[in-house]
Amino acid sequence: MHRASFSAFLRCGLLRVICHSKLEKPMSNLTTITQQAIAAIEAAPDAAALDLVRVQYLGKKGELTDLLKALGKLPADERPAAGAEINVAKQTVQEQINARKTLLDDAAIAVRLASETIDVTLPGRGVDVGGLHPVTMVLQRIEGFFRSVGYDVVEGPEIEDDYHNFEALNIPQHHPARAMHDTFYFNPNLLLRTHTSPVQVRTMETREPPFRIICPGRVYRVDSDLTHTPMFHQVEGLLIDKTSSFADLKGTIIEFLRVFFEKDLEVRFRPSYFPFTEPSAEVDVQCVHCVGGGCRVCSNTGWLEVMGAGMVHPRVLEASGIDPDEYSGFAFGMGPDRLAMLRYGVDDLRLYFDNDLRFLQQFN
Amino acid sequence: MKFSEAWLREFVNPSLTTEELVDQLTMAGLEVDGFEAVAAHFTQVVVAEILETSPHPDADKLKVCRVNAGEEEVQIVCGASNARAGIKVPLARLGARLEDFKIKKAKLRGVESFGMLCSERELGLSERHEGLMELPADAPVGVDVRTFLQLDDAMIDLDLTPNRSDCLGMVGLARETGVINGLDVLPMDVPAVVATHDKTFSVNLNAGEACPRFAGRVITGIRLDAKTPLWMVEKLRRSGVRSIDPVVDVTNYVMLELGQPMHAYDFDRLQGEISVRVSADDETVTLLDGQDITLHPDTLLITDQSGPIGIAGIMGGLSTSVTATTTNIFFESAFFAPMAIVGRARAYGMNTDASHRFERGVDWQGQVRAIERATALLVEIAGGEPGPTVDTANTQDLPVVAEITLRGARIKRLLGVVIADTQIDEILARLGFENERRVVDGHSVWQVRAPSHRFDIAIEADLIEEVSRVYGYNNLPVRTPRARLVMAPIHEGRLDTNRIKDQLVSLGYQEAITYSFVEPKMQAIIDPQQTPISLANPISAEMAVMRTTLWSGLLKALIYNTNRQQHRIRLFETGLRFRQLPDQPELLMENIQQERVLAGVVCGPRYPESWAVKTAAVDFYDVKADVEAILDLTGMPEDFTFAAAECAALHPGQCAGIYRNGNLVGHVGLLDPRAQQALDLDQPVFLFELTLEGLQARRVPNAAPLSRFPEVRRDIAIIVDAGVHAAEINACVAQAADETFRNLKLFDVYQGKGIDPNRKSIALGLTFQHVSRTLTDEEISVSVNEIVAALETKLAASLRN
Repeated sequence: MHRASFSAFLRCGLLRVICHSKLEKPMSNLTTITQQAIAAIEAAPDAAALDLVRVQYLGKKGELTDLLKALGKLPADERPAAGAEINVAKQTVQEQINARKTLLDDAAIAVRLASETIDVTLPGRGVDVGGLHPVTMVLQRIEGFFRSVGYDVVEGPEIEDDYHNFEALNIPQHHPARAMHDTFYFNPNLLLRTHTSPVQVRTMETREPPFRIICPGRVYRVDSDLTHTPMFHQVEGLLIDKTSSFADLKGTIIEFLRVFFEKDLEVRFRPSYFPFTEPSAEVDVQCVHCVGGGCRVCSNTGWLEVMGAGMVHPRVLEASGIDPDEYSGFAFGMGPDRLAMLRYGVDDLRLYFDNDLRFLQQFN
Repeated sequence: MKFSEAWLREFVNPSLTTEELVDQLTMAGLEVDGFEAVAAHFTQVVVAEILETSPHPDADKLKVCRVNAGEEEVQIVCGASNARAGIKVPLARLGARLEDFKIKKAKLRGVESFGMLCSERELGLSERHEGLMELPADAPVGVDVRTFLQLDDAMIDLDLTPNRSDCLGMVGLARETGVINGLDVLPMDVPAVVATHDKTFSVNLNAGEACPRFAGRVITGIRLDAKTPLWMVEKLRRSGVRSIDPVVDVTNYVMLELGQPMHAYDFDRLQGEISVRVSADDETVTLLDGQDITLHPDTLLITDQSGPIGIAGIMGGLSTSVTATTTNIFFESAFFAPMAIVGRARAYGMNTDASHRFERGVDWQGQVRAIERATALLVEIAGGEPGPTVDTANTQDLPVVAEITLRGARIKRLLGVVIADTQIDEILARLGFENERRVVDGHSVWQVRAPSHRFDIAIEADLIEEVSRVYGYNNLPVRTPRARLVMAPIHEGRLDTNRIKDQLVSLGYQEAITYSFVEPKMQAIIDPQQTPISLANPISAEMAVMRTTLWSGLLKALIYNTNRQQHRIRLFETGLRFRQLPDQPELLMENIQQERVLAGVVCGPRYPESWAVKTAAVDFYDVKADVEAILDLTGMPEDFTFAAAECAALHPGQCAGIYRNGNLVGHVGLLDPRAQQALDLDQPVFLFELTLEGLQARRVPNAAPLSRFPEVRRDIAIIVDAGVHAAEINACVAQAADETFRNLKLFDVYQGKGIDPNRKSIALGLTFQHVSRTLTDEEISVSVNEIVAALETKLAASLRN
């Protein structure tokens, strides 16, 4: 480009004007000097050589500077024209130097950039990022939904006493419902909690209604096969207020399942039995996998049993010092392990507790 | 519980397909686990009579039968040993379809056969295949076997919740089906069987409320070799019960029909009189199934003069059991209170149909009806002469009928809907609840008496559940709860556990969830000084004790992964550790510390394998940096100090206690090489554990003005004894420094050439800054000199040239 503009400059005829002028001696070699300067500029290999050229022609003692100094020797009437010509030449040379300077700088940076070019597709340096356990991911999601509508998250002990795990929940000694909870015992009074409901009891004992809580955590039952692990997780919810009804319970659960699965799935409530709620319900959601058509995930029923729920039994309220005539409430419980299976396509519960990195890393 | 759909439909027959019926029961709270056809799918199998059999000319085991198939006589070649003239059997005619094949004309060893005589297995009725299925002598020849045996029926498997014992019999199930469909149910009429003699056997009730009623009856002269009729055998079979002999079959049948378990004694082996009482210490009984039981002290017994002759409501005894030679029996139809039975069968490792029902509750007014029904059936099948029914009852010990007030307003409040009074009337009536409706203060109120078959009805909420259940949960309204919009506080001064988890994830850790119960051996290796809390009934030896540290589970997970070619492992977990307070040997709730902790386990290269980094094995300081990255989240890193410590699992020279304001909050260190060896790990493993409580307090930022004046750094190198800890230097510097001191960077530690082998060189970068002016060289020198002087006097440091 610089070369091109230089030849354009030649074609424009300015130099030819200089050549054909009838200058006296000092002026006679202006053309030559200019041409020599331009040639030297062209030949300068780097910024330092170019600077020498600048000094040689444009410096305080440079050749073109000398010509200007020699103007005095010309007759007064020729001086302006000659001066103008020299200045044009000086300017031309300066422009050539600038152009050359830019060219050399660009070339130098290009060389540097080329030498510094790397394979940007190689992986970055440093540690890999780890990840949360899928059950934690589901728990955090569940907690998020309920916190957003004013529920507190409450935790409690996992070694529990018989009172909080059973008695206070209307499951006296020898109640047939105890057979539904295969319990790990330490002694006749101490056990591993079979559900997180004792946290609800402890909350009702200490807080004044109204309140809304969810209780996430580990629970334990003597059960180990394809579909059961002796330890698993639960999230139970409890809302106690003066006007809460079964309709509110239904609304809460339907809304939760909709936001959890991010799908509009049908939900149905089936009568069931839990000693601590009445009425009690099992909650089925339309199979997230086949959306009701029937598949392996839902054993061809089109439905998945995902929650238990109900209105808090008046005896449970009374046991914790809440007047059932003034307050009513609902409770619900769900298994985040199973919800994580449905959400993330996990097909074996036991994978959760093997902690195989190849499994865990799939959730990163 | 399994039951036959056709049997149910004898009582109430809604216009529903099997699928619809099953779905309806499930939605009414009687969950159906599944159902199956009572027989295989087959066609053109008819009742046939073998008229004559003759030996096959060319085969010893085959017979040639002449068979009456109704419209025609056919020749059948048959190999069954019981094939004989005069019996009636199922015949698959030519063109019949059995499970997976079609019957065609065939030649067996040269003799033509025009069909096939069938065994039970061939019809998909049972696994019996030892001979032909023999049909009753009065079976009508030529009639389709499906029609004759009512084989277009399903066995439905119900998974009843413990409150619905009233549905553990066909009559109860029919009542429920009637309620759901609004249909009347065929009443079960049980006329009393007139006694033909006056033999009785005395019964004394000596257990109060545990057994307030015992109906008994002597029946003499029965023929135990009589055959139970096919209809009963089939009903039993479709309920999952095998036919044994007429007495057992009848008692089972009555239990399935009415829900009342019964027992039959060999009358001639009873001694003296029956007494129902609670067991005394060390009594024993031999049960029907032959097992000898040493009785627990809270067991309700049936005894006679000889001692215990059965565990009430669970299983009868061998000594008075009915045997092949029995001709006189004594029927028991008793009411045992649930509280006297519940848990007992389980305690003896048993679960019988009787105990299942008694512990949930049977109708305490149904005993006489059951004994009359059983008598009628038995006499019809096995003959015999019934004596009078004796209903021994202690009225004052019988359950009390619950009188419950049901308020319409309460229904509305709890269910969020107004249900018409008349609809409630009907629901209550069909459920068999006597009731009266009144209006109190403008609201409807029902006075309800629960029937004796409903043990689960005691309070108003029980009735509201019944009403809502029959009304249909899915017909109840849906409402999004409304509440006051009170903002929940978010405590900025408390560090969120999720933030800690995220930090570790950023540092390359994978979250693990390990079992809270671990192997005692692992516990002993990792934490030998603690006695872990043991489960009384662990699921396996590997899960027998509660973890006292999360390390036991995390190390197991680490081993699991190293065994699967994983070499670089970083795992963390949060959860409870369980420790019994050391000076409190009694296992009580208050003596157990359940502390929420965070723990991690690390092994393998410092960085993932990469082109960019020649990676070395992870060391103490890598893991410590990870721990510090967590401590820093509190915004108060200065709260925390590390000091050499002892911890059973960790290398004594690479173990730090982590203290917050002087209180121990955790440990970090290298797994003791002996433990490493015991766990068969081939590389060093680093561990850390911190209480979440110790991490909880977090600084709410409080900004200070920035100095506009330059900060100046002076680097010095000192030589100290090799045993001097960085923490001591830090503390010494901090104490000696004046207010212009900003921070200390310990940027080099050197031991080796040029230094006394017992000493080490430490390079310190000291930064100074004044808030309101530029510090002069002289001022800085004074500050540095003071620090150096302190290091010299307190730590015997010397300045290195």
